[in-house]
Amino acid sequence: MAAANPSVFLLMVNGQVESAQFPEYDDLYCKYCFVYGQDWAPTAGLEEGISQITSKSQDVRQLLVWNFPIDVTFKSTNPYGWPQIVLSVYGLDMFGNDVVRGYGAVHVPFSPGRHKRTIPMFVPESTSKLQKFTSWFMGRRPEYTDPKVVAQGEGREGAGPRIFLEHVTDEGLVRAQKVTMSVPTGALYLPVRDMGRSSPLYRREG
Amino acid sequence: MEKEILFIPSRLTVPTYKKLPENVQPRFLEDEGLYIGARPEVARANQNIMENRLLTQEPGRRWFGDDGRILALPSPIKQFPSRPSVLTQDQSIKAELETVYKKAVKYVHVSKHMTGSVDPPGNFQLDIDISGLIFTHHPCFSREHVLAAKLAQLYDQYLARQQRNKAKFLTDKLQALRNAVQTGLNPEKPHPSLDTTQKTINEYKSEIWQTRKLRDMEQEKDRALLKTIIKVWKEMKSLREFQRFSNTPLKLVLRKEKVDQKADEGAHEAEIQAEISELLEEHTEEYKQKMEEYRTSYQQWKAWKKAQRAKKKKKKQASEEYPEDEIEAASPEEDPVKPTPPEPVDRAVIEQQVRKRAAQSRRRPGEPTLLPELSLAGSVTPNDQCPRAEVSRREDVKRRSVYLKVLFNNKEVSRTVSRQLGADFRVHFGQIFNLQIFNWPESLTLQVYETVGHSGTTLLAEVFLPIPETTIVTGRAPIEEVEFSSNQHVTLDHEGVGSGVPFSFEADGSNQLILMTSGKVSHRVAWAIGENGIPLIPPLSQQNIGFRSALKRADAISSIGTSGLTDMKKLAKWAAESKLDPNDPNNAPLMQLISVATSGESYVPDFFRLEQLQQEFNFVPDEELNRSKRFRLLRLRSQEVPEFRNYKQIPVYDREIMEKVFQDYEKRLQDRNVIETKDHIDTHRAVVAKYLQQVRESVINRFLIAKHHFLLADLVVEEEVPNISKLQQPSRSSRTFSEKRAASPSTHSPTHSADYPLGQVLVRPFVEVSFQRTICHTTTAEGPNPSWNEELELPFRAPNGDYSTASLQSVKDDIFINIFDEVLYDVLEDDRERGSGIHTRIERYWLGCVKIPFSTIYFQARIDGTFKIDIPPVLLGYSKERNMIMERGFDSARSLSEGSYITLFITIEPQLVPGESVREKFDSQEDEKLLQATEKFQAECALKFPNRQCLTTVIDISGKTVFITRYLKPLNPPQELLNVYPNNPQATAELVARYVSLIPFLPDTVSFAGVCDLWSTSDQFLDLLAGDEEEHAVLLCNYFLSLGKKAWLVMGNAIPEGPTAYVLTQEQSHYLIWNPCSGHFYAQFDTFCPLKSVGCLIGPDNIWFNIQEYDSPLRINFDVTKPKLWKSFFSRRLPYPGLCSVQ
Repeated sequence: MAAANPSVFLLMVNGQVESAQFPEYDDLYCKYCFVYGQDWAPTAGLEEGISQITSKSQDVRQLLVWNFPIDVTFKSTNPYGWPQIVLSVYGLDMFGNDVVRGYGAVHVPFSPGRHKRTIPMFVPESTSKLQKFTSWFMGRRPEYTDPKVVAQGEGREGAGPRIFLEHVTDEGLVRAQKVTMSVPTGALYLPVRDMGRSSPLYRREG
Repeated sequence: MEKEILFIPSRLTVPTYKKLPENVQPRFLEDEGLYIGARPEVARANQNIMENRLLTQEPGRRWFGDDGRILALPSPIKQFPSRPSVLTQDQSIKAELETVYKKAVKYVHVSKHMTGSVDPPGNFQLDIDISGLIFTHHPCFSREHVLAAKLAQLYDQYLARQQRNKAKFLTDKLQALRNAVQTGLNPEKPHPSLDTTQKTINEYKSEIWQTRKLRDMEQEKDRALLKTIIKVWKEMKSLREFQRFSNTPLKLVLRKEKVDQKADEGAHEAEIQAEISELLEEHTEEYKQKMEEYRTSYQQWKAWKKAQRAKKKKKKQASEEYPEDEIEAASPEEDPVKPTPPEPVDRAVIEQQVRKRAAQSRRRPGEPTLLPELSLAGSVTPNDQCPRAEVSRREDVKRRSVYLKVLFNNKEVSRTVSRQLGADFRVHFGQIFNLQIFNWPESLTLQVYETVGHSGTTLLAEVFLPIPETTIVTGRAPIEEVEFSSNQHVTLDHEGVGSGVPFSFEADGSNQLILMTSGKVSHRVAWAIGENGIPLIPPLSQQNIGFRSALKRADAISSIGTSGLTDMKKLAKWAAESKLDPNDPNNAPLMQLISVATSGESYVPDFFRLEQLQQEFNFVPDEELNRSKRFRLLRLRSQEVPEFRNYKQIPVYDREIMEKVFQDYEKRLQDRNVIETKDHIDTHRAVVAKYLQQVRESVINRFLIAKHHFLLADLVVEEEVPNISKLQQPSRSSRTFSEKRAASPSTHSPTHSADYPLGQVLVRPFVEVSFQRTICHTTTAEGPNPSWNEELELPFRAPNGDYSTASLQSVKDDIFINIFDEVLYDVLEDDRERGSGIHTRIERYWLGCVKIPFSTIYFQARIDGTFKIDIPPVLLGYSKERNMIMERGFDSARSLSEGSYITLFITIEPQLVPGESVREKFDSQEDEKLLQATEKFQAECALKFPNRQCLTTVIDISGKTVFITRYLKPLNPPQELLNVYPNNPQATAELVARYVSLIPFLPDTVSFAGVCDLWSTSDQFLDLLAGDEEEHAVLLCNYFLSLGKKAWLVMGNAIPEGPTAYVLTQEQSHYLIWNPCSGHFYAQFDTFCPLKSVGCLIGPDNIWFNIQEYDSPLRINFDVTKPKLWKSFFSRRLPYPGLCSVQ
């Protein structure tokens, strides 16, 4: 029975959140999570994770190194909704409040192999100067209701861009996350243009 | 030494011959038409150094091009950065955004029709040449003048007709047609196809007929005109003879042109013959046709006659048998009239007709052609030979003078000199006005003024001149005449006939005529030409700003204006003028476009295609897309069809998709229009259910759209703008609340039940709670006022294990709290055993129940209060114990509500988060000001009392925002209800309340899954026969209003409904609170009133928000006239605008 054992393809992601450059901040930790479409489901591994707190390296690079591993496997029937990894970085501010330092998202690479991705990070900005001050003072910076919104397009159309362009500010000069991930699924091959036809190259899940 | 090692290249220019092979002339490829890119800029000195250096090397020459310069690629540097640098400093961004101060420039012309400041100071020029003026009627006209004017007019008409000479043209055409028919009929000529010739001949014939008719008409007109001219001339002559002087030099000469009698006669006869023969032919044709018709109808008639005869015969026989029938059958149907055969065509008759007509409309043969000629050769009788009246008229004319004012855009710009009126009522001006203008002219007007002697001037008429088209420039404009007329009434005491007054030519005053002053201005309007030969016309783009409607003829393409890129020809012209390098690859697409466009072969589509690359992205043909089950599933999911909205993992292969996936969906589609009657009590309910389903669907669709519509607050959590009072309590309220909840994890716990008025001494009640097929009960307590103080826990399972907000909102389960009396019966039959054992039977008597919907608990988060128990009207074996109540002193409070009550506390553990209602801004037909006022009012109220319900606008069933007071309007309750207790208003009110409460209750939260609260009008409510508290309350309130009560809608919190609507009425001395859903009513100070808090009161013309310290109805004052207690929406600042009702 076909339905009992549906054909899927697998996407295995393993890699790590290597390091970050936040020149202005120190002692940060990061969270990662995945955003994927309706046809996707995680089959193994962790979908979310929180890293340890790391301090800046004492050299010129001033890297914040986490080397935090990611290992997750998805199954899917449709390339639509390809997983995105969403990273959010948090740290303590000078009053000891836990505040968000940056959000960022990137698609999981489409081709197998080793990839390095650098993600620019940003945070939403207060709507007014007064709020900016009070939020700084009280340690309650504006943050997204859900970090996953940075990987979603909804709400950015129409009136949306106003929200994002006006209030999202770049955090610092260099804000990079290096994520390396490899997609070592031997049988995975997805001709993107041909997605509609049932390709014999899909791997059937045992 | 050093000099040997070091080489210092010279800075001098290298002569060209050194750089090229011997005896080669430098070639300049650019001159030969090849494209050479712009070279990167290098300083001349550096270039020389480089050249010198290269030349010292051995194969130096290969570095030089044919033109003797160093080979170079075109400069790769673009004029502008194509990508903004990523690492721009904040400051530089700000620099881009920095505003630049520009000195304010005063606009010289504030007109909206101004030429833009970009244009050169617009000195456009319009030349208006006013050559003269002629009166076609003037008060000073004598009778002779009137006739002369008429004659002149007729003569003009005659000349115009003569020029066109339509009759001649038509005659020629007729001749040609006749010839064509002749040749067509000629059998000697070979016919390509008999069929077509026959057809064409028929067409010719019909055309001949038409042409002949036209020609006859024209000829008749010509003749009539000629006759009138002669008539008027004769009249004039007789008038001149009669008055014995002449005022006008007009003279008509009729020239006779001799014609050849014989030839003319011959032609005439031939014409007539031809016509006769044609007519004859036509008539014969017609006759044939008629004959045919006649024959068929005659046959019919004959057949009918025969039948009639046979019938009669029968009838005769029948009448002998049944004589009564005779009378009835005697009324025969109308006989078809016997058709009469058509008259055959008579040649003689036709000939007579034709000849008659010819005599009427045509010149008789042999008669000389008359050619009228109007000349001014006549002499005007000098003044001394005229009678007094005429002399005074002439003098009056002399005193009059005329001038014209020129108005541009309704402003006078210039005027002509004043000229005396001539005896012929012509004025010659011959003046040219040059109007220097800035604006596109809106109107050009001439005003004709007349001055009589030294008295004032009068405005005779206004003449509107057309604004010339842009192509009309000075020198090319023709002189045009514009007519004017005035409605002035003038009566004069001399020979002049006056204006607007009747006069007559006849001696007896009959045949009166009324003429108005009128005339013609001959003028010429054109655009001036500047010194360089460019017409001084304001740009067309300008005229479009203000005068789009006025100038419809304006060229569409040129009005596109600067965006002329759409116009290929303009583009090509521009390309030619700007001398684009056709070989530059940068210009290649442009050049190609231009070459295609100018060649005229291109197909320029007159449509604009969206998504023109769609074809490229289609990965399968449409047929396959429609056939495939997988694609269908994907598409339905993306359309958010309810069945597939959350469908996960759509299979890869079609074969893995089961047919039954679509079954539900297809069934629903089919059922949409079919009404099933078997499930419902009657068809009306079925229709209503269907309607509700449709409303629900449309609301859900709106909701889904709204769900994709995010506001900033939906995405970003941000502190609100702080104010002083809030700074002190920075913690988020939700947080503290949840902590509090965690501390008290009590679940459904009926704590204690208030007194039972069931007068059995040994009543031993217990409570049984059932929810979702789980039943729990308390222990049995003793007595009529039991107290259990017990905690019961019942598990809650969400439908399909889906704890999402949407699914929780649609839970329709109720919590049933039943109160039973436990009765022990001694069933021991044998008394002997009584000592050794107890044998009893326990029986449970149902005393009453309380029903609480789960949705209430869900939305309220907790329920805490005393509830009235629904008890059957009669409980056999139980009675109420009155004295006990009296003892407890409840009497005053309980006078209106007697019953049993239970106190309980219900909550959910863990806390379920209630769904937030959509704050989508629905469109509204309300005034924008009113909507703003409502928002302000609500914000103010929410600031003071965030927990109190404040309602100003609601959403009606079509999804529009409606101001709430529009729902309230006195509505008559059914007459039957009023007739029951005609003298007891209180009983009537109770009856009305009961009537309203009997209408089924259907909460919006169930039907619309917490999407929003829809308010239907009372009419819709009665039509749907279902609704929730608001609808009941609105209907009840409207009925009370029509009963003459003072009634308000109370928005507040009640138990167990939660936020709800009650009705408040003011009786003589006290207030009554009505529960519209149950029909019960409570006094204001009734402790058991389910209404626990009052947020606002809504009347038909205002809203009052409760700003008292307390909100319990027990502790507040319902006097809305006190502004310190009730904040009213409409006040002196914002008066009630008189909103009409939606009811």
